Amino acid sequence: MTNSTPSTGLKAPKLRLGIRDGSDDGWGYAPAPESTDHVELRDRYGLFIDGDFTDAADGRTFETANPATEEKIADVALAGDADVDRAVAAARRAYDEVWSQLAPRERGKYVYRIARVLQERGRELAITESLDGGKPIRESRDVDIPLAAAHFFYYAGWADKLDYAFPGRGARALGVAGQVIPWNFPLLMAAWKIAPAIAAGNTVVLKPAETTPLTALKLAEIIRDAGVPPGVVNIVTGAGETGAAVVQHEDVDKVAFTGSTEVGKLIRRALAGSDKHYTLELGGKAANLVFEDAAVDQAVEGIVNGIFFNQGHVCCAGSRLLVQESVADEVISKLKDRMETLIVGDPLDKNTDIGAINSRAQLDKIEEYLEIGEAEGAEPFQTSCPVPERGYWCRPTLFLQASQSHRVVQEEIFGPVLAVQTFRTVDEGIAMANNTPYGLSGGVWSDKGAKAFRVTSRIRAGVLWANTYNKFDPTAPFGGYKESGIGREGGLAGLHAYLRPEAAA
Amino acid sequence: MQMSPATASFESPPIDTVGVEERVARLCSRSIKKDAKLQALHLTLSMIDLTTLEGADSEGKVRQLCAKALQLHAALPDLPHVAAVCVYPALVGVAKRALEGSGINVASVATSFPAGQAPIEIKLLEVRKAVEAGADEVDMVISRGRCLAGDFAYSADEIASVKEACGEAHLKVILETGELGTLDAVRRASDLAMRSGADFIKTSTGKIKPAATMPVVLVMLEAIRDHYLRTGEKIGMKPAGGISTAKDAIRHLVMVRETLGQDWLDPDLYRFGASSLANDVLRQIVKQRSGIYQSFDDFSL
Amino acid sequence: MSEQRPAAAADRLPVLKTHKVYVGGKFPRSESGRLDRALAPDGTPIANICRCSRKDVRDAVTAARAAQAGWAARTAYNRGQILYRIAEMLEGRSGQFEALLAAGGTTPDQAAAEVQTATDRLLHYAGWTDKFQQVFSSVNPVATSHFNFSILEPMGLVGVLAPESPLLGLVSSIAPAIAGGNTTVVLVTGSQPLPATTFGEVLNSSDVPGGVVNILTGRRDEMLAPLAAHRDVDALLLCSPDPGIARSAEIEAVHNLKRVAVRPHDDWKNIQSPYEITDLQEVKTTWHPIGS
Repeated sequence: MTNSTPSTGLKAPKLRLGIRDGSDDGWGYAPAPESTDHVELRDRYGLFIDGDFTDAADGRTFETANPATEEKIADVALAGDADVDRAVAAARRAYDEVWSQLAPRERGKYVYRIARVLQERGRELAITESLDGGKPIRESRDVDIPLAAAHFFYYAGWADKLDYAFPGRGARALGVAGQVIPWNFPLLMAAWKIAPAIAAGNTVVLKPAETTPLTALKLAEIIRDAGVPPGVVNIVTGAGETGAAVVQHEDVDKVAFTGSTEVGKLIRRALAGSDKHYTLELGGKAANLVFEDAAVDQAVEGIVNGIFFNQGHVCCAGSRLLVQESVADEVISKLKDRMETLIVGDPLDKNTDIGAINSRAQLDKIEEYLEIGEAEGAEPFQTSCPVPERGYWCRPTLFLQASQSHRVVQEEIFGPVLAVQTFRTVDEGIAMANNTPYGLSGGVWSDKGAKAFRVTSRIRAGVLWANTYNKFDPTAPFGGYKESGIGREGGLAGLHAYLRPEAAA
Repeated sequence: MQMSPATASFESPPIDTVGVEERVARLCSRSIKKDAKLQALHLTLSMIDLTTLEGADSEGKVRQLCAKALQLHAALPDLPHVAAVCVYPALVGVAKRALEGSGINVASVATSFPAGQAPIEIKLLEVRKAVEAGADEVDMVISRGRCLAGDFAYSADEIASVKEACGEAHLKVILETGELGTLDAVRRASDLAMRSGADFIKTSTGKIKPAATMPVVLVMLEAIRDHYLRTGEKIGMKPAGGISTAKDAIRHLVMVRETLGQDWLDPDLYRFGASSLANDVLRQIVKQRSGIYQSFDDFSL
Repeated sequence: MSEQRPAAAADRLPVLKTHKVYVGGKFPRSESGRLDRALAPDGTPIANICRCSRKDVRDAVTAARAAQAGWAARTAYNRGQILYRIAEMLEGRSGQFEALLAAGGTTPDQAAAEVQTATDRLLHYAGWTDKFQQVFSSVNPVATSHFNFSILEPMGLVGVLAPESPLLGLVSSIAPAIAGGNTTVVLVTGSQPLPATTFGEVLNSSDVPGGVVNILTGRRDEMLAPLAAHRDVDALLLCSPDPGIARSAEIEAVHNLKRVAVRPHDDWKNIQSPYEITDLQEVKTTWHPIGS
């Protein structure tokens, strides 16, 4: 791919913005790798069932690797049906005999303890997350781990306040929750699932993603060390089959799944006619609309945060840029300049902006879309940042001149690839934003408050960011409209997902 | 007052404060180590305008400052020299003589620094006197009151007149951002100054807090970048006030590097207005080279 | 039912009523031209009703979609007034509905009570239109400098499988859906369809915009699957005690991940709460910086 010619209307020679090791002969940042001293990783990890780590019943294991080096980190137990049965039974027993009998205040104290230890062990967890999943240490350190701790802290406080969850009603826990999480925010997703569930009085069986099991297993250690009664949280590692066994288990009262829309539909189908509760957080193809009256530099920053955060492995990523015609040249030109300053490489380097693609399979999928986009006639742009030789990498990429009918506009790529389109009127922008089966999120950039709120109210999506993007908070409900999912996580709505209302308290 | 062409029909883009603060926080998360750090420290020294702007300034104090400018640290003779010495007009001659032949510029504040509350005729006379006395650079203050009142034409004309009075001397325009209140006003004043003839735009007098905060500097750098992209003209930047540590300076350099690019990492286009920054940078350089932390008393005032 | 019976006075032949469906604010017949008989409890045919087809379902969805944005954009106050107006109209026609219920086998006392409860229920939800948002939305105290709030928005187009309860159940399922800004396609497949077709007339005379409520009569096995599978339907409200019915509709609903609420009640007397409204609402969270 080649850089396109500079936009018209700009007279000056290009700014010299490439940073890494002075790639344009200027002052460059030397490597600043985070030290991995004191991070203990074992060669072998077991399943966390009923308060203990054990091998799978049939002894099977799988490998988890570092996507930045392609080197194996550890062997991890592969849970089969028998192990899932055992985990669900432990969760049921813990629910019946311990957790549902405990005073809510005491339950909350356990959850607070987890939050505290997450904070204490933050550095170790951040490094582990970056090693196992490839995300830059800046993000695992500043976003994933602190937010995970914040979720436990927030929901801990709800434990003894459930009578206030449903106005006019009482509230009761659902029972055993079966939870399956993806590889893009391994520990954070575990926190989103476990914290509200156990604070509300449920017990859980959680299955982390196959490529990123380690921080969830470290969380298991933390939960054990915090003295949480055995069986309240069970963590079973494995791939799709293990996940299917968890969500389809007949003794599970609640299913919580975050992952692809395709798998979400299979799960939903399997739940048809049952009285199980469920929340599904699925895919997205969010539009990020930039209007002509936007604060352009902050909008460019928001575009970058929207699509290049976590290598674009984000269900709510702003993967479609819709920019108003009159500012399109300026915005795209500035976006390209800003992209030149993004450093791709070693996830453990504190200066890395874009880490490793999570797996070979995901890189293959992204590269397939890069070919599709070109074949469809969109105009590709990639930055010139050097990338390491080993490992899975993708430079930040734009598809300019993309069309609504292009697959790179319609389909979720889950990588650092942004489809760029223009619009003329506010209504046209809204129509393009909504012209998708997804409805998870959206972004609006305008200095005019009235317009921003008009647009956010007309986009059919569960999370709208006006003049910001990719912000998350434990108090803020998150979840999709349409095929992006059912139900919410976070905030009071996220608590409801683990409770049933009863007759007045 | 006649409408200046510089202000005829232009609009500065809106600025979102929270977005700017987030960008700054991200820039501050860059980690500069080893060779990159040493390189940055040397660069910082070469960009310093060693400054004294006190009522009590004396010829002796200015001569001492000039000596420091010429030789920052006797133990490290290979260091770069600073960019300029910045003084009041009355002391320009002293500084000029002390620095003769060194390649170090003399900068003079003028236009009734720091408040700028004087008739335009007096301000222009002060500028001419400073230049006559040998000032290579003039640091003027804008009439913030007029700017805040929306009288941009007045400010534009004032800057243009001062520029004319400067002759060959470079003009730095001090916005005194601490009195402008919002980032929108900072952006507007930056655009106004550049369009009216500023060679440099400068944050502050050093007499008002807050001074050169990172969000303010980022907004000014973005204004410089946009001016460059539109006109091809490279305007310089001088944060002044509040930058006292090597760590602060390196953060500024990162911000310049990622906003304007390598070309601006040059004393011709970037300066630090500072009095105590040099010694902290020296301390860091000695530490990088020797591995031992120094006392501030190891460095001359 | 009185209009089908021989006239009491020999000198006058009664005018018989044709029960048509209610779609887009109009009263068309089924495009299929097919009819079913509405029967009295003893099996006597008492009226002809339309046996709607999958095309009728499609047309009703089109009408409901066309009306949705406008209905949701009405002020809560206005929607409340319109629901109140429905109650007024129903009150005014209480005798007619009592007769219809009685013809279906309800005792006169029960019929009178049911019409009154249905009227009061409309009033109840009329009052909620401008209150549920206040009770159930939130301002979220996020840890960054952002104003963050979560509000409820209507799911959009709700497909309703109407309950067997011919008037109270019908009203109790439709009212919370439209109170919250949804539009509806209502499938009437129970043994007593006549109160539903007549309720369409009440709606039509109550300032309810055309397309907000669309009422189709016919057979569940012909209409439910196409409605449940229709990708332009956002949610289903399945009022049936039969888990098999819910299951098959839920499987069809997976096509576009419709939200599904199941109401297995036979007795609708106490099914009245704001949660009936919120079950058909999405939560939307909006972030905006707080700066200068």
